[in-house]
Formats: sequence, structure tokens, C-alpha cells
Amino acid sequence: MHIDNADLDRLARLARLGLDNGERERLMASIDSVLDMVSALRNVDVNAVLPMAHPHDAQLRLRADEVDEVDCQSALEKIAPEMQSGLYLVPKVIE
Amino acid sequence: MSALRFADIAGWRAAAADQDPIAAARTMAEAAQPALNALITPAVVTGPHTATAGGALAGIPYAHKDLFCTAGLRTTAGSRMLDGFVPPYDATVSARLDQAGAVCIGKANMDEFAMGSSNENSAFGAVRNPWDLQRVPGGSSGGSAALVAAGIVPFATGSDTGGSVRQPAAFCGVTGFKPSYGRISRYGMIAFASSLDQAGVIARHARDCAEVLNCLAGFDPRDATSVERPAEDFVAACDRGVRGLRIGIARELYSAGIRSEIADCTRAALAELERAGALLVDIELPRLQLSVPAYYVIAPAEASSNLARYDGVRYGHRAEAARDLNDLYARSRSEGFGTEVKRRILVGTFVLSAGYYDAYYLRAQQVRRLIAEDFARAFAGVDVIAGPTTPDVAFRIGEKADDPLAMYAADINTVAVNLAGLPAISVPCGFVDGLPVGLQLIGPAWGEASLFAAAHGYQQISDWHFRTPQFGAGVPS
Repeated sequence: MHIDNADLDRLARLARLGLDNGERERLMASIDSVLDMVSALRNVDVNAVLPMAHPHDAQLRLRADEVDEVDCQSALEKIAPEMQSGLYLVPKVIE
Repeated sequence: MSALRFADIAGWRAAAADQDPIAAARTMAEAAQPALNALITPAVVTGPHTATAGGALAGIPYAHKDLFCTAGLRTTAGSRMLDGFVPPYDATVSARLDQAGAVCIGKANMDEFAMGSSNENSAFGAVRNPWDLQRVPGGSSGGSAALVAAGIVPFATGSDTGGSVRQPAAFCGVTGFKPSYGRISRYGMIAFASSLDQAGVIARHARDCAEVLNCLAGFDPRDATSVERPAEDFVAACDRGVRGLRIGIARELYSAGIRSEIADCTRAALAELERAGALLVDIELPRLQLSVPAYYVIAPAEASSNLARYDGVRYGHRAEAARDLNDLYARSRSEGFGTEVKRRILVGTFVLSAGYYDAYYLRAQQVRRLIAEDFARAFAGVDVIAGPTTPDVAFRIGEKADDPLAMYAADINTVAVNLAGLPAISVPCGFVDGLPVGLQLIGPAWGEASLFAAAHGYQQISDWHFRTPQFGAGVPS
């Protein structure tokens, strides 16, 4: 598998990640080599093998439908980069 | 001060009766910082801790990997992204250590978001190995291992997604324990790969790891993957002895990449255990070689998803003067993340993307099951499995920095354990080139008791874990 400039642009866009030029070269080569390394998985017979997403194949628990969290808005406001009137601020998205 | 440099928790506890071990640990950590760079943020500790009341670990100093949220104390995960992040809450691990009376002396340096095996990926600079300051301490829990090896604290927390507790413990000549997946709550432990991450403990002695685990283990409703099981006494399990213990030896753990002198050290340790009454049994782990490729698909996939939360909006680094929302996301993340984290996010994004998901991610999950089944088959006939923790001793700082693949390949003996969710421990078992070597013992799921019996049993008949580096703050002999 070879990653070209267009592939890297697509991945960076999907991941919302800006990359500078020096970084692009280094990352492109190393991603190629990672994908080469993991291609060993292709030769394995996985016919009828169930994918394993959790080490103990456990089902996620359900909890009682009761409120157990206290309001922590003021604590979260303190760690937000930009807040106003209890709202997170982002660059304008609607003209 | 040197009187306080004790080798284990019991020694520090004895000192606490009439001295202030917290102040001593803090002073030593401060003095070691220019050489080791093992702490990112020292903790503000108020008041003397000579009078210790209550709690199994009352008055015992420890270093806390900077991956665990600590209310009011900066938590960076080794990343510029969280440089100024002061969590509003405690991780369950932090809270339980606090309840036990242990005192955090600072947040330990680590590879950014726990991604790395050398601690060179920290935004706060590399940590140095107290055995040789030109070498890496291992990673990602490198600061934790270095502080324990230097005798500054009797234990430190770590986290282990693919070997991040065991490998630095091996490189620094200390004991590193990773529990079964679900044994310790992940609540408040900054996520890297959620189906693989587990909190762990680094100490000089396996018995001390057991003592800390007694405080940390247990169900937590705040972590959906925490498992409800009856309480066990892991310290008591240490004294079970090794007589009759069946130790599986897999030739796959001695693959071509393992340096012969490392293999020899671990074989000598196993021979000692056999003389003490353990039974060595040949087993097979036929798909072990596939664990590195499976891991380097699954871990980046989960990382790319987990790290999507860092958007410059709710907390963490935010780029200035963004043109629009996408520019804010892209630049905040570009400025906040280091190269290794970016590489893993991009690989993870690739293996999860349309057209490649089945061939990479789904297939890796299928191979994961085959690897877990190999372990289950092996454990039908043995109590623990043993082999080298790492292929070689600690390497020089910078030696592998430009070759991520070489770094990944060295994870061959540790990542399979995480894929299968098993407990494992690395104990010191010798030296090669004057640097420590680790013996890894792997247990079946929930088989920590056998693991501690084996590890403590070995430490009763060996003294490698007492060896300390020449480094200034070393424990007395």
C-alpha cells in the first residue's frame, strides 16, 4: 500500500489535522512502512472468525435510569479556552 | 536524607514514624530533575506527613503518571495539547490512592498520550535512564520507572496499552505490573486505545505492586469496562510459593529478534524457579508474530477515535485567529499534537476509512481473537507463561527516533498480552552490558494471584531487584 499526496490530504482532512510540509514527507514515508508491516495480516485465514472488540467479550452494563451526576458547568467553564454566557465560542459558522 | 532511601514500602513506612518521607522524596525528586527529567509537574504537598493516620498506604510517597487526572493539579498526558489542563476531577486511581493515604509527589513524564516506547515522544523532553543517562528509560511510563529505579519513590503508577509499564520496568531494573483488562477502573485515565488500556504499578518489589493493587482493584460504576469480581488479597497470594507452579515456555517468545544474552538471562531465571520447585512446560503461541501487526492497526484506530475529542473548543490547546471552524480544528490539533501522535491518528483514520475498514481493522480484530485463543489453549495446561520482556536492553537516546518501525517491532513480547486482556508482570532477572534485563510472566485472565506467587517467589530466590544504579539518589545497599 502506497500513500500519495492526495491520500495524505484525504486522511488529514478526515482527521481534522493540519500538516506542515516537512512533516508531510516524514509522515508519508513512515505511514507507508506501517501499512507494509501490518499487511502480514492479509495472509491469515480468518474465515468464520468473529472479530474481537473487547478482551473479555463482555456486554456493556446498563445502569439504573437515575440521575447520579451533579451539575458541573462552572468547573467545565473554567477549563474551556473561550466561553461566553455559558456557551462555548467557535469561529462564525453561519453567514 | 539518605536514611529515608529505602527499597520498599515497608522501609518508607518505618521511616514515616519519626521523619517526613514526603519531604525527603520531594527533595530527591527535585535534585534528580536536571539529570532525569522524570517529572512534568511537581505536586504541591501541604504540611508535614510524619503523623500518618489510617489507610493502607498512609504517608507513602508515590509518583503519578501524568495520564491520570488529578483534581486541581495539571495533567498533560505528555502533550502540548494539554499543557495548561487542570482537571476538575480525580481519576478513580487517583482517588483510591488518596483514600489509601498515599501522597503524590508529582506527575511523572511519559510519551505523549502514552504513545511510545522510549519517552522521547514527550512534549516536555526525554526522560533519562538512571542506569545510563545517555539511554532511554523505556516508555511510555518512563518517568515512573526512572523515579522508582533511582530510589526516589517506592512505587509509581503507570498505564499499559502495549507494554508501557512492563517495558520501562525492564529497562530500568524494577518490577512493572499490568492487571487483567477491567481489574482497575479507567475512569479519569486519559484514553489512548480503550480496549487495550489498563492502569498498572511500578515498584522495586512484586509484593509492593500487590499491595498497591489491593488498593486500586475493584469495580467502578463510572467505567463501563470495569468488571465486578469478588475482592482478592494479592499480598497474601505472594506467599503461595512456586512449588508445583506450572510455567509455560513458548519458543515464539524467543524469536529471532531477541538478543541471545537476553534470552540466556531469562532462561537462567527459569532454571532457578525450576530448582525452587516450579515445573517448566513447553507450550506454543503460534500466532504471536501477528500481534505487532494486529496491535498497530487496532491501537491507532482506537486512538484516532479517542483523540478526536481534542478540538480546541472544550478544553486543551486552541489555535489563535482561526479563519473558520475547520481551520480551528486542524490548527489546534496540528499545534497540539507531536509527530508520533499524528502518525497514529493518520494510520488509525486510514484503517477505519471506507474501502479499507474490512481489510485492515476488521481483519485485525479477527486476528486478535486468534491470538487470544492461542493464550487460552496454552493456559489450559500452565499457570503462567514466561519469557523475555524486551528483545534487548535500553537503547541510546535518539538511536531509534527516526525509525518508528524498529521501535514497534521491539514490542513483540508485550502487545499480545493487551490484545488478549491478560495480566502480566516484568521482574528484573539479570544484566547485559551493565543494563537491566526483565523476565515477563503472563497470567490467564484474572490469574493475578498465580502471577504474584511466581514473581514474588522468584524475588525470594534472586536479588536482581535490589540492584540499584550509581545514580545520585539510589537506595542504600
